[in-house]
Amino acid sequence: MLITVNGTPHTYDGDPLQPLLWYLRDELGLTGTKFGCGISACGACTVHVGGTAIHSCVTPMKSVADKQVRTIEGLSADGDHAVQKAWAEANVPQCGYCQSGQMMTAAALLEKTPKPTEADIDHAMSAVICRCGTYTRIRAAIVAASAGGR
Amino acid sequence: MSTPSNLERRDFLRRLAAGGLVLAVGPAGIRGLKALPAFFAAGDPLQASVYLSVGEDGLVTVTCHRSEMGQGVRTALCMVIADELEADWTTIRLEQAIGDPKYGNQNTDGSSSIRTGQYAMLRTAGAAAREMLERAAAAEWSVPETQVSARNGTVVHATTGRSLPFGRLVARARSLPVPAAPRLKDASQFRFIGKDVTGLDMHAILTGRATFGQDAKMAGMKIAVILHPPVYGASVATVDSAAALQVTGVERVITLATTPIPSGFQPLGGVAVIAGSTWAAMQGRRALKVTWTASPNDTHDSEAYRTALETSARAPGRVVRKQGDVAAALSGSAQKVTAEYYAPHLAQAPMEPPAAVANVSADGCEIWTCTQDPQSARNEVATALKIPKEKVICHVTLLGGAFGRKSKPDYIVEAALLSREMKAPVKVVWTREDDIQNGFPHTVAFQHLEAALDAKGRVGAWLHRVASPSINSTFAPGVTDLSDGELALGILDLPYAIPNLQVESCRAEGHSRIGWYRSVSNIPHAFAISSFVDELAHAAGRDPRDFILELLGPDHIVDMANAGAVKPVDNYGDTWAAHPIDTARYRKVVELVTKAAGWGKKLPKGEGLGLAVHRSFLTYVAVVVHARVSATGEIVLPRVDIAMDCGFVVHPERVRSQAEGAVIMGLSNAMTSELSFKNGRVAQSNFNTYKVLRMSAAPRELHVHLAASGGPPGGVGEPGVPPVAPALANAIFAATGKRIRSLPVGSQLAGAG
Repeated sequence: MLITVNGTPHTYDGDPLQPLLWYLRDELGLTGTKFGCGISACGACTVHVGGTAIHSCVTPMKSVADKQVRTIEGLSADGDHAVQKAWAEANVPQCGYCQSGQMMTAAALLEKTPKPTEADIDHAMSAVICRCGTYTRIRAAIVAASAGGR
Repeated sequence: MSTPSNLERRDFLRRLAAGGLVLAVGPAGIRGLKALPAFFAAGDPLQASVYLSVGEDGLVTVTCHRSEMGQGVRTALCMVIADELEADWTTIRLEQAIGDPKYGNQNTDGSSSIRTGQYAMLRTAGAAAREMLERAAAAEWSVPETQVSARNGTVVHATTGRSLPFGRLVARARSLPVPAAPRLKDASQFRFIGKDVTGLDMHAILTGRATFGQDAKMAGMKIAVILHPPVYGASVATVDSAAALQVTGVERVITLATTPIPSGFQPLGGVAVIAGSTWAAMQGRRALKVTWTASPNDTHDSEAYRTALETSARAPGRVVRKQGDVAAALSGSAQKVTAEYYAPHLAQAPMEPPAAVANVSADGCEIWTCTQDPQSARNEVATALKIPKEKVICHVTLLGGAFGRKSKPDYIVEAALLSREMKAPVKVVWTREDDIQNGFPHTVAFQHLEAALDAKGRVGAWLHRVASPSINSTFAPGVTDLSDGELALGILDLPYAIPNLQVESCRAEGHSRIGWYRSVSNIPHAFAISSFVDELAHAAGRDPRDFILELLGPDHIVDMANAGAVKPVDNYGDTWAAHPIDTARYRKVVELVTKAAGWGKKLPKGEGLGLAVHRSFLTYVAVVVHARVSATGEIVLPRVDIAMDCGFVVHPERVRSQAEGAVIMGLSNAMTSELSFKNGRVAQSNFNTYKVLRMSAAPRELHVHLAASGGPPGGVGEPGVPPVAPALANAIFAATGKRIRSLPVGSQLAGAG
């Protein structure tokens, strides 16, 4: 099968049930996508497939054949996506481990909903756990990165 | 000294010492290093922990001996040194230290990286290097030292305007004597200290390039996933690995011996599946058929244990603090109030589950891992492999959260043991299930409190009994109640001026590993104390804020040497003289937070404000939670205010972020989290059953107020957590009249709104 990751096509002939997460991390070395739970409960592994935020830890490789996958490493050339800039401005990260998942979730939200309400933000972002407790800064950063905030 | 091994050569200090101005910095002073053996001498009194190098290329390298887990230690160390050094911030390079006693105490624990004298030590180091560079420039130009000064990476001659960059002065400066008491900057001249500086790891984190333990790699590395014993103390009885070995990619199945309990930092044992990929190892583990031996903890059950703790705390225990005559005062009081509080086990559940890569070779063992304490990792690995600890090199990655879990190196030892078996580098990946079910849970506590109120509503007597298994029970047999160190976390150091006071520690034996958790026993202790104070205020018909201020009494220093403690009380490893209990600082954070939160304002039905104040890790924190409870018992938090007096603040932005994080973690503890045992096994397995706070439940507004007291620095990472749970419980009482005495709140409010 063929899979395109951050614009680069790859062929894959391994276990079709292997989750996308482990293909990205173990085979492509794209370790920006994180392992947090393995059951779609924490969102640390969020990537975009065809522009939609999905949890790669429960997404089997066979379901992403011929799809476009975007990871944190492909979100921008050098950290200059609006979400990344807003994250830096608000000093969001603490340990940083969940932040790839947070930013990928936020970027997908803003692509679909350029001016999200508080409820939209809470709904989308409650899929991603942060144990350091950066939630209030994430909310502020998303507002700043949104069409309404710019 | 013997010839360094290949592993030792990888220590960057050896490289730096070759040509730069290198200073070794410790609490006992500073030493210039020109030769290698100086920092390897056994028993050297210097006790250096930080090394600072200015290279001939002008780059300033600072070693960070502590682990970075989001608290900002890597950036803060550099800020202090760069400021006094007058360095150009863009020339600062950070090297994460390996685990080695030449870096002093590396245990990133107890909110101690800045507070334990490190701040003064770092300033002195930066200033010493600056003076040496200034003297070198003065000599170069043959001008008086008073005419030269360092500025942003260069030394400038005031009268002629000549300047030389630091790199050009290194060769001369490194041969000068190191000043013992260099001139420190005036605080008004600070460029980084007390300012907001972007974290050194920010860009790497934002672009997904930061390396955590789970991301560490070695060439030819295998992946191991381990099936751990489900009950503490059980070991492997039988293994059927046939199906596991059929999984494509699985290479071997290895049985790991179970460490006899109490197992300390050593591994639990179990069955490891080693594979070429993480997925294959996980699939292989799923296919294992393992039976386990019986364990004395097979019947451990959290419901029954709670009843046992309750019985224990309702009877007299070991008296650890006694003033006056509590029994007499209680029996003769106008009003007696009794209340009991329960706080369950918690899992640290850092977002990054534990992970370690190890490579055992003829040279020794090289490790990359997310650890809070690389020296204990090194020691435990050396013990397990039966090799000298000098042959273990432990590199520290970034930590994807830790909260106390990663100060225990069992997973690192597992990687080393498996690498030795595989004769190849092995990465041990803990899954979330391993983390929740096979970790070092935070203690569970049942507390019984009684107090006497006189006719005017004043507290005349206070009895506090706690039954809670000790962390020490993980490390030594025969531990039957909390240690004095754990009792010093909020109970022995109760600051209130109450004439008759007694504290008792009641029997509570451990049936699992018990470990540190952000702010440790302060969590249950503060929950009970600050809830009980609120209950007393209401019983006395008083405003809780006024009641707290009255309990504190007129501003004074609490004399802990004469407070009735049976033994000297620990003060977070510091002295009572340097960090006394100052009731004025309690008062100020209470006043600051209540003013900001609009204490006393009229709120709609179903809403309330709750207040709690607690001192821990030498820092004073007060929290006001504004809670709204719906008719169906759902809690919404419109606002939380947290006021913190942590003395002098090096990096205000990180102090604020730590305070914010402490509020979220405190709410998580209070509202949703509970780890429990059934048939000796942890009943929860992942974030679907071990619940933590998500954004939807986070306060709509979260305001941090830093009290600028300016004294010696206190801790920051932990002290925000303890007052959060009682502030929430007190807010719920104000909103609904329902008193929460058992955590988590969970569904207790159904129908209470």
